[in-house]
Amino acid sequence: MEMKDIILEYVIEEYLEDEDEVLTFDSPLISGGIVDSFSMVSLKRFLENKYKISIPDDKATPEAFDTVDKIVALVKEYIN
Amino acid sequence: MAYSDKVRNTYEGTLQGIKDKGVFKQERFIHSSQDAEIEVEYPAGAPLQKVINICANNYLGLSSHPDVIKAAHEGLDSRGYGMSSVRFICGTQDIHRELEKKVTEFLGTEDTILFPSCMDANAGVFEAILTDEDVMISDRLVHASIIDGMRLCAAMHDTFKHSNMKHLEKKLQLHADKRLKVVITDGVFSMDGDTAKLDEMVALCEKYDAMLFVDESHSSGFIGKTGRGTHEHCGVFGKIDIITTTFGKAVGGASGGCVSGRKELVEMCRQKARPYLFSNTIAPVVVAGVNKVLDVLMGSTERRDKLEKNTEFWRKGLLDLGFVLQKGDTPIVPVMLFNAKLAQDFSRDLYDEGIYAIGFFFPVVPNGAARIRTQISAAHEMHHLEKALVAFKKVGEKYGILGLTKQEIIEKYGL
Repeated sequence: MEMKDIILEYVIEEYLEDEDEVLTFDSPLISGGIVDSFSMVSLKRFLENKYKISIPDDKATPEAFDTVDKIVALVKEYIN
Repeated sequence: MAYSDKVRNTYEGTLQGIKDKGVFKQERFIHSSQDAEIEVEYPAGAPLQKVINICANNYLGLSSHPDVIKAAHEGLDSRGYGMSSVRFICGTQDIHRELEKKVTEFLGTEDTILFPSCMDANAGVFEAILTDEDVMISDRLVHASIIDGMRLCAAMHDTFKHSNMKHLEKKLQLHADKRLKVVITDGVFSMDGDTAKLDEMVALCEKYDAMLFVDESHSSGFIGKTGRGTHEHCGVFGKIDIITTTFGKAVGGASGGCVSGRKELVEMCRQKARPYLFSNTIAPVVVAGVNKVLDVLMGSTERRDKLEKNTEFWRKGLLDLGFVLQKGDTPIVPVMLFNAKLAQDFSRDLYDEGIYAIGFFFPVVPNGAARIRTQISAAHEMHHLEKALVAFKKVGEKYGILGLTKQEIIEKYGL
């Protein structure tokens, strides 16, 4: 399973209440009101644990976490 | 002059934006004391109208109870009007400590500290007891004051899906490495009127060594067999680590709040909570009133029993008329309309029929979940509720929504 599929699956399971909602790799998560700033922390922790990385707080911005595509790009910056 | 035209225009533009979105809030002036029936001036300058109030947090009808008013008068006469000091300098009277002890007994905790409001209690408690080594895990629908309190605290914050215990357990596992963990919930959720699963939450907190925090503002005084709150209702009385609650709703309805719980946590608040350290506490006249309210509540369950019967009658009446309600069994009974404009129009028409109830819509509730939030009181007599049901029927017929499902209402009016 590709990284972007894994992250999309996590986001759907973690944040969606209504199973009928559809999310894609470029759906706006933060600006679209799907993930609030409080709930972002679990996504950050999931990525750090899953990919054995540490994302600095100043890089874990709402903009950087706004779509699955952007998250994938961010994670790849920190993978050796 | 610092307040230039540019500055004024900036604010005028912002306020106009709020009006354009249809979410500009206006006060309605009440010319009577708070009760089942009130006299209202609305809009400003209009003749007074006598209406039945079904949107107050006056669950037990104690806001204007003669015994409470008498006790408040006595408190005013014997302890004066104000303290002109914060608690730890010269702002603590014997009646403040008396109230803290009484609240401790009422809630089944170890100790209590008063705050000027529950908003202040929630704003101050987390910062006082947690550090950046800790984590707060909150239900996604907790009250705004709790969110503000978490924002002021250096501890990590995370959320779990509303009342979803499997999700909460995952979060407790995810944050197992943290020094201290606090699970945070409302006892009764103010917008939907549903009740937290405190029995399951206590079990999870014991399993994962986490503390449990419950805001009981919409439950103290009437939820549970003797009105002690959601923890009594769920069979976990004495097992909640931190309770915050208000005296501004069922418990007299004036003002004030508290943090009640494990004695070390309460002491931490006394040493570190900023709203306690840098603000006067509750005025003596209110303290005397709340002391009397607790005596009334611990002496008899008559009022909460009446509230329970009123709530059953009201909920059944609305369902029989064909309204869509949020599920629950608390005196908060939301009548779901889904569309924001429909909620506003419905509220206005109810007012014309002599019923005071407010429409709630985004951002107070989620988009597409607009509603009339009704709140029942022990001050309501059967004739009040019967008249209110007649008005709901008339307005419901006008908009053609009686007997419609959620989907059908949305199809008719949109989201």
